[in-house]
Amino acid sequence: MADRSLVDRGGTPTGPHLTGDAAPPAGGALAAYRALLGAQARSQTAYRTSFVVDLVGNVGSTVFDVVAVVVIFGVARELGGFALGEALVIVGLTTSAFAVADLLVGNIERLPRYVRTGLFDAVLVRPLGTLPQLLLMDLPLRKVSRAVFGTAVLVAAVGSAGIEWTAARAVLVVVAPLAGVVFFGSLFVATATVSFWWVDSGELANSVTYGGRDFTSYPVTVFGGWFRAVFAYGLGFAFVSYHPALALLGRADPLGLPNWVGWAAPAVALPAAAVAGAAWRTGVRHYRSTGS
Amino acid sequence: MGSVTATVAPPTTSNVILWFRTFRAITGSGFRRYSTYRQASAAGVVTNLVFGFLRCYVLLAAAGAAGTVAGYDRGQLATFVWVSQGLLAVILLWGWTELADRIRTGDIAADLLRPVHPVTSHLAADLGRAGHAALVRLLPPVLVGPLFFEVHLPRRWSTVPLFGLSVVVAVVLCFGCRYLVNATAYWLHDVRGPVVLWAVASGVLAGLYFPLRFLPEWLQLVLWLGTPFPSLLQTPLDVLVERDSTATQIGLVALQVCWAASILGACRLVQRRAERRLVVQGG
Repeated sequence: MADRSLVDRGGTPTGPHLTGDAAPPAGGALAAYRALLGAQARSQTAYRTSFVVDLVGNVGSTVFDVVAVVVIFGVARELGGFALGEALVIVGLTTSAFAVADLLVGNIERLPRYVRTGLFDAVLVRPLGTLPQLLLMDLPLRKVSRAVFGTAVLVAAVGSAGIEWTAARAVLVVVAPLAGVVFFGSLFVATATVSFWWVDSGELANSVTYGGRDFTSYPVTVFGGWFRAVFAYGLGFAFVSYHPALALLGRADPLGLPNWVGWAAPAVALPAAAVAGAAWRTGVRHYRSTGS
Repeated sequence: MGSVTATVAPPTTSNVILWFRTFRAITGSGFRRYSTYRQASAAGVVTNLVFGFLRCYVLLAAAGAAGTVAGYDRGQLATFVWVSQGLLAVILLWGWTELADRIRTGDIAADLLRPVHPVTSHLAADLGRAGHAALVRLLPPVLVGPLFFEVHLPRRWSTVPLFGLSVVVAVVLCFGCRYLVNATAYWLHDVRGPVVLWAVASGVLAGLYFPLRFLPEWLQLVLWLGTPFPSLLQTPLDVLVERDSTATQIGLVALQVCWAASILGACRLVQRRAERRLVVQGG
């Protein structure tokens, strides 16, 4: 998984005695992370009914995201030159990638709370990376149901879209969602770092994370003007699901980009991960405790 | 019973003027409280604007070359989207767990000692919050939308007061729904499940993701009459964009008022039942 790269060295020390330098050997760190994860799993499943309700409730939001697309196609028949079957491939790529990224990294959006309440101080004094600690301390297991559903949508959409399979396309249908996971994960991390500077940034991150999910759920041709330019190519959302879907379907891009662009998803995701990692390190270095 | 809960009828003297003064004071404090969260408001506005663009382009694409879909023309769709992004924060669909938190921590005990019914005092504070949101959260998308899209402006004079009334009723109704969701904490202590279900249902069934008129007619009927959700967002928006005749507009708002009244009634009932079994947590 490519977000390991930003995960492993996420917590660059802010000072010699705060983090990192006194890190235990790799095996010890791994055991510590596993202990964190295990504790999370046990505590979250302790109230079994509550956990099951949570699992069901969480899948609901992802289901409705897909339902919304289907309903809109129900009245429109085609959207931006795409039929429902083709659009569902785009939706499947987005939903599966976003749901997995949300499961793994999404809870980093709680960072403002950690900063405000001072919990981040506690994270900094432990001899482990800050980012993996935060992610594992709060891994929302209930979101597993979303990831499963998202993957099911992708499988169903790809299966029923009448794709002429080649070796390259078979690779793409695996690589593109993985690149999407890295891309969305990077977005979650990069936008969360804003709260190191701006504690009350609250919903701001949503505009590119959830906004990005909504943007990538539709063909790019739906959007227009500078808005499309900024979101699709400025922020790179077009390469998450739209171009890979075109490559899978063997359709030419109505906007004129060549077909090989569909394979460019990793080339967008990896720099995004690098930027997110850099933003995180800068943020941690900038961090000053709120003193609470 | 001899208990000291606020829902027990007050003693003999009931002063209406005093009651209004108290209500106004709590409303004012709600307004002032939210006006201190300036950064959060700014961040929220930016997010609403981004989603305004997103949803507007999608719905306009749905209207396609024909220019109309489900009885809305392009201008009506644009107005629908941009005002919905503003109203979302005014009715505050998501993110209110204050009552549940107070129940869980035991702070609710202090609320019950006050001489104001908890439903009334929370409603008053929520109206103040909504007033602040109407200025800070509703205006920006309403002003920005028309800069980039052609919007529908009301053509009938009656639409404007009807929309105003509809928004106020929607705020009260949404407050009531949130209160009920939060009140499950009296029984469950942990409200995460109900909150998630509410968030999922309210977003899509209130008409935020797509206008409910996109659905089959029988389903619309079931939703409008059988659930309060369309009355939260879809009704004020449909009134504003003049999707229907004046008579239908009035009918929709009347239905909304019925829902608000019954949900508020349910809040008082639930509160009374809850107080009989409340075990205050914490010290």
